[in-house]
Amino acid sequence: MATDITAYEEMIKGLWRDNPVFVQVLGMCPMLAVTNSAINAVVMGLATFFVLVGSSFLVSSFKQWIPKQVRISLYIIIIATFVTVVDYSLLAMLPAIHKELGAFIPLIVANCMILGRQEAFASKHNVKYAVMDAVGMSGGFMIALFALGSVREILGVGAFFGVDLFGANFEPWVIMILPPGGFLTLGLLLLFFNWFTERRRQFLDKVAEAERVAVAGVDKNG
Amino acid sequence: MTNTNENSKTHSARSQEPGSSRLIFSMAIAGFISGIIIISIYILTFDTIKENKARELREAVFKVLPNVSTMQKLHFSEDDSGADNKKLMVVKADGMDDEMMFAGYDQQGKFIGYAIQGKGPGFQDTIHVLFGYLSSRKNITGMEILDSRETPGLGDKIFKDMDFVGEFINLPMVKNIKAVKKGKKSKDNEIDAITGATISSKAVVRIINKAFNKWSPRLPQQGNEPVLAKTVVTKESGER
Repeated sequence: MATDITAYEEMIKGLWRDNPVFVQVLGMCPMLAVTNSAINAVVMGLATFFVLVGSSFLVSSFKQWIPKQVRISLYIIIIATFVTVVDYSLLAMLPAIHKELGAFIPLIVANCMILGRQEAFASKHNVKYAVMDAVGMSGGFMIALFALGSVREILGVGAFFGVDLFGANFEPWVIMILPPGGFLTLGLLLLFFNWFTERRRQFLDKVAEAERVAVAGVDKNG
Repeated sequence: MTNTNENSKTHSARSQEPGSSRLIFSMAIAGFISGIIIISIYILTFDTIKENKARELREAVFKVLPNVSTMQKLHFSEDDSGADNKKLMVVKADGMDDEMMFAGYDQQGKFIGYAIQGKGPGFQDTIHVLFGYLSSRKNITGMEILDSRETPGLGDKIFKDMDFVGEFINLPMVKNIKAVKKGKKSKDNEIDAITGATISSKAVVRIINKAFNKWSPRLPQQGNEPVLAKTVVTKESGER
């Protein structure tokens, strides 16, 4: 039972507390490049999900047989194989979206978040934790991509998943779907995330303080 | 005691260190397995990818040439008689190269028009254009972008902005067309460029002009159009 709780925690931490984008600030290249629409962001998130979970599973399963001198090269081979699989599958199944994502699918190989998880986590933990960690991390990555992609598509095109939201009179804020819009939105989202985390910490501190005072008061009276 | 312990530790660590042969072996195994996986996924998806590309092209041809129900590929190359005698020949081969174009026919097999392709530099990368041409009326009947990497939201309006695409429907092609600033269009051969995507719009116009000038001397005299071969691509299905 106890192991279940920690495995669950390994997953949850990637979604929020150690979010690869908002907290670790990793994987910025696809983050900024492909998030000009919500659907691109979601497909990119799914591709990364598949690659990360698959690689973490393999790396964790074969960790005893991976000599540490060549581990990075082996991780890259594993990751690159998964990326190629994703690349060809997308080209066959969703050619339109593959066209939009273009060079950024092959570039998942170079996503430092994925290599980072292999080196920092999957190679040191057993398969169950490694997979849970990968699910959480890529889930967190997907949430971040989706947040950025939605904001940019809504402001920059006036649509959400290609559905027009505001009608013909809406003048799209074109800069949002251009690269500067990616930086702007990411900066604002990071600001919001940090502000929120700080507020939450202050709130928890306050609660803890109040509790301490209350307990002290009870002690004094009792 | 501590000293000997440490010594034995380093010793055992050294003896455990894998030799180069083991490192090479593990890399080779990983590379081999990865190669097999990549080849299998390539073979598995090859047909679908080819099919997708062919379908895209077929749909584009039927889109730029209205009232066309069958088409065949024409290739500009030497015939059997030998060199220096290049002409348009009907081909059935898959795939497509720069010397290829398409002829469209109606349901009775009567020739209607050509679909001509052109490539050229756009704002970011090569733009691949297909346009329909009625040689009898010297009209461009429509334009499709087959491939492009123009800026999303700006340059990609060359195929998303229906006003722009619509300008190429029934466009007289007597002399070269020209892109002018939006709203400044005054002559028949002028095209309103897209605001914010002037470079991309001008690129499309330039590509069409270039392809037209390349292909129009090659087209056979009116009345001598290539006849419809028996195996052709129809609108409804792939091959008939």
